[in-house]
Parts: sequence; C-alpha cells; structure tokens
Amino acid sequence: MTVVDVLPGVGRRLLAGSTDGRLDTHLARYARPPRLDGVQLVGLLRDAGLTGRGGAGFPTWRKVEAVLGASGVPVVVGNGSEGEPASGKDRALMAYQPHLVLDGLQIVAGAVGARQAYLYVAAASAVGVRAALGDRRGAGLDPVPVSVVVAPERFVAGEESAVVNAVAGRAAVPSDKRVRVTEAGVGGAPTLVQNVETLAHLALIARFGPHWFREAGTAEEPGTFLATVGGAVGVPGVVEAGYGVRLGDLVDAAGGPAERLQAVLVGGYHGGWVPALPELAVSRAGLAPYGASPGAGIVVALPVGVCGLVETARIAGYLAGEVAGQCGPCVNGLPRLATTLTDLAHRRGRAGLGREVDAVREVERLSLLVSGRGACRHPDGSVRMIRSAMRTFDADVAAHLAGRCVAEEAR
Amino acid sequence: MSENRLHIDWTACDGRGLCAELLSEILVEDEWGYPLARDGAVEPAVPRALQKNAKRAVDRCPALALRLVNS
Ligand SMILES: Cc1cc2nc3c(=O)[nH]c(=O)nc-3n(C[C@H](O)[C@H](O)[C@H](O)COP(=O)(O)O)c2cc1C
Ligand code: SF4
Ligand code: SF4
Repeated sequence: MTVVDVLPGVGRRLLAGSTDGRLDTHLARYARPPRLDGVQLVGLLRDAGLTGRGGAGFPTWRKVEAVLGASGVPVVVGNGSEGEPASGKDRALMAYQPHLVLDGLQIVAGAVGARQAYLYVAAASAVGVRAALGDRRGAGLDPVPVSVVVAPERFVAGEESAVVNAVAGRAAVPSDKRVRVTEAGVGGAPTLVQNVETLAHLALIARFGPHWFREAGTAEEPGTFLATVGGAVGVPGVVEAGYGVRLGDLVDAAGGPAERLQAVLVGGYHGGWVPALPELAVSRAGLAPYGASPGAGIVVALPVGVCGLVETARIAGYLAGEVAGQCGPCVNGLPRLATTLTDLAHRRGRAGLGREVDAVREVERLSLLVSGRGACRHPDGSVRMIRSAMRTFDADVAAHLAGRCVAEEAR
Repeated sequence: MSENRLHIDWTACDGRGLCAELLSEILVEDEWGYPLARDGAVEPAVPRALQKNAKRAVDRCPALALRLVNS
C-alpha cells in the first residue's frame, strides 16, 4: 500500500512525519500520551466533533458517555479488522502509526476506568502490533493491559457485536441488538468498540485539542479521514484529507484517473455509487443527495469501459456470500438480490418473471424486503449500495433491458 | 410506559411462521416463512387491544425469538 501526499492546504495528521512505526520516533514527535478522566474526554470529543471512522460515522463522545453511564467495569476494543475488501486504511495506519492507535486505546481505556483492552486486528497486522505493544511495555506506556485478537477474514467479522463475540472467544458473527454492547458486551461488561482510526484521531485530539482538530474538514464534519482510493487510478493507495475534499482532488492524490471515469463507489461495498464529478464534496452533506456517505473512506473509481451493473452484480454476489448465515431474510434475500442483479447485468430475462423490466421492480421489492430484517446492518448496507447503482446506472439499466450495453459500446 | 413494540431476534427465528398466525393483525409471513410487519416497521407497534395476543405469540414462539420491548 503506497501513501501519496495529501492535498495542498489540508496537511497530513495521522500520516504526518515519519511513518516507520517505531516507538522512539513516535515519542520524539508526540511525547507520552496524556491522561484524561471520563468527563474531560467526553468534553474534548464533543467539542472536537469526532465521529467514528469505521463506517457508521456515529459521534464518539456519545458512545464514551454511554459506557461511562452503564454499570460495571468497562472493556474497550480497538477495531482494526477491516473486513471490507476495498479498504486498506486501517492496516496502513497500524503499519505506519501503531502508537497513535495504541495511545488512543490507552487514553479511552484509562478515561472510562477499563482494566482490560483489546486490539482486534486482521492477521496481517498482528505481528506488527504485538511488537509495538512489546516496545510500549518496556517503556511503561500501557497501564491498561492490551490483548491482541486476530479477526477472521470475513466481511461481517468487524461488525460491533461480532467483534464482542470474537473477543469473548466465540465465533465472530453478529448478535441480536436488543441490548447494546455499550450496556452489556464482552463478558456482560459495558463495551466500547471504536475503529482504530477513530482512536488515532482521539490520541491527537487529547494532545492538540478540539480547536486544532476543527482546522481541517468542514464546520459540520470536522477533521481529516483516511481514504483508500482504488480502481482506475494511477497510484491506488491510502491518502488523508479533510471532510469536504473535492472528489477530483482525492482521485488526483492517488495518481489521478487512469482512464476516463464514469462513476465512483464511495464508502465501500455498503456505500453508494455516485457520478464521477470532480467537484463533488466528499462529506455526508455532499454525498447525501446520492444516498451515499464517506463511510470508512473507500473510493473506487470505475472507468467508462466497465459496466457498472456487472460490477454491482459482482459486489452483490460477494456480499451475499458473506452473510453470517443467521437471519432468514438476509440469508434468503441477499442471494436472490445478487442473482436478479446478475441476470440484469448479463441481459438475461429470468424464467418466471416474464418481462425483463420486472428485474428492476424485483430488485426494489427484495431491497425493501431485507432492509432492517437482520441482526446487523449487512442487509441494509448491501441494499444501500444496490439501490444507488440502480439510480446512478439508470441509463445502463435501460440499455440492458433493450439488449445493449453502454460500457461495451464505449470500449 | 408499557412494552408496546415487537422485537424479533433474527438470529433465533427459524421462520415457521407461527407468530404470523397468532398475530395476523400485525404480522404476515414473507415468502420464506419469516415474520414481516404489515406496516413495514422493523419493530412493529402493538396496540393496547392486541397486547394479549402479542404476549401469547411471544410465549409460544418455539425459538424464543420474540420479545415485547419499550419503544
Ligand atoms: C457488516 C458490518 C461490518 C463492519 N465491519 C467493520 C470493520 O471491519 N471495522 C470497523 O471499524 N467497523 C466495522 N463496522 C462498524 C462497526 O459495527 C462499528 O460501528 C465500529 O467499529 C465502531 O467504531 P467507530 O464508531 O469508531 O467507527 C461494520 C459494520 C457492519 C454492519
Ligand atoms: S443480518 Fe445477515 S450478516 Fe447480519 S447477522 Fe444476520 S445473517 Fe449475518
Ligand atoms: S414463531 Fe418465532 S420462530 Fe416462528 S416465525 Fe415467529 S418469530 Fe420466528
């Protein structure tokens, strides 16, 4: 994974300075992490406006406050599992700046009074973070002990309740949400699960304060985020930018378009397809008209010669294969959605459906049928991506129904 | 506040549609046999008049997948 320079005027934060991942380099730049109590931390996070970088974009202070208000000794988990195939930012962050993540984990663990913390990571990160933890132990940096738990390479393994289950030694599959993990998670303890990038921002906010944090991004969506920019770009990789960055600038930071682009998948496989408009602001506000959001910072560029419906059907097939096998509507509905999309992508009418135009209605019907009907948001996220494709690629849908393909003709 | 919404634990429900029979005012069976709220809600509201029926559906769910919860 290459790191290319961030945009002019934004300034790198998480990826600033040396990215050799060494503790001495980290301490020389940042010194030891400060200690904060719960009230101080909640106040700082609220003033900074930090939101979760794991996809949902939930205000971090609210979760910290919920854990503080719950009864029992809390447990804190850093979530670096990054099961999303198009994402590489969490692995990059843990390779380049593991100590910012681990500082963040200690700061929150200390502030909420946890006696045990966990770092839940992809196999690729395990060796590195174990070495980093060893160095920190030698320097007496980690008053709260941290256990490393390796995540299985499954899409849903990073979902909050799946994380709790994995850390507790069970299978990494989601649980029913009647009780929130902030009330009862690992071993019944109030549990705070935060994405590793969120923790790294937190470590900087604890040092430099909310005003500094708000110097990047927009007033409503402050701070920077790590973006994994891939697809048809010159130098696919991880870049850092403030929220509200122009889509074109983000793509240029990753080497620019490798071919003429038609659309971009923002937010990953649970995200949304948007037209490849360079001036589009990558922020919740900027992407809302397209039913998309920055999510976990994934940007996949689609060139004009590749059919968006074929790509969408491929992703839907992948997502259908990643269902955790627990919830009837999801287990039955996502594969049906995927086959319907595959038929549409390959311009096949489906036996029993009569006219091909029914494929469009069938996608919409199945989308409504699976939404909200699972223990986790996997069906909802999958449907968000699929419905955005039906809107953004509406000309392709019309062409396919007429037996033609726009992308094929553009090649 | 009374517990006036029906929560379905999808990880437990085995979809034989018993609840849709017992609580047909609120639930229908989807094409795979899983309960689907008539009003499309994720946690459908249970009006006061149907509380008793709803409690019966909760008690008789073989998978213990149903709960009445507060909104
Ligand atoms: C299917 C699914 C997969 C997820 N995978 C991840 C993941 O790999 N990493 C992650 O940080 N969050 C993931 N999330 C989001 C988590 O549930 C949770 O919101 C997040 O870890 C909380 O941290 P944050 O508030 O700092 O973003 C996933 C959510 C869903 C529904
Ligand atoms: S909604 Fe789907 S992915 Fe989520 S727990 Fe249920 S079966 Fe698994
Ligand atoms: S009775 Fe229980 S197991 Fe059967 S369909 Fe209803 S919720 Fe599912």
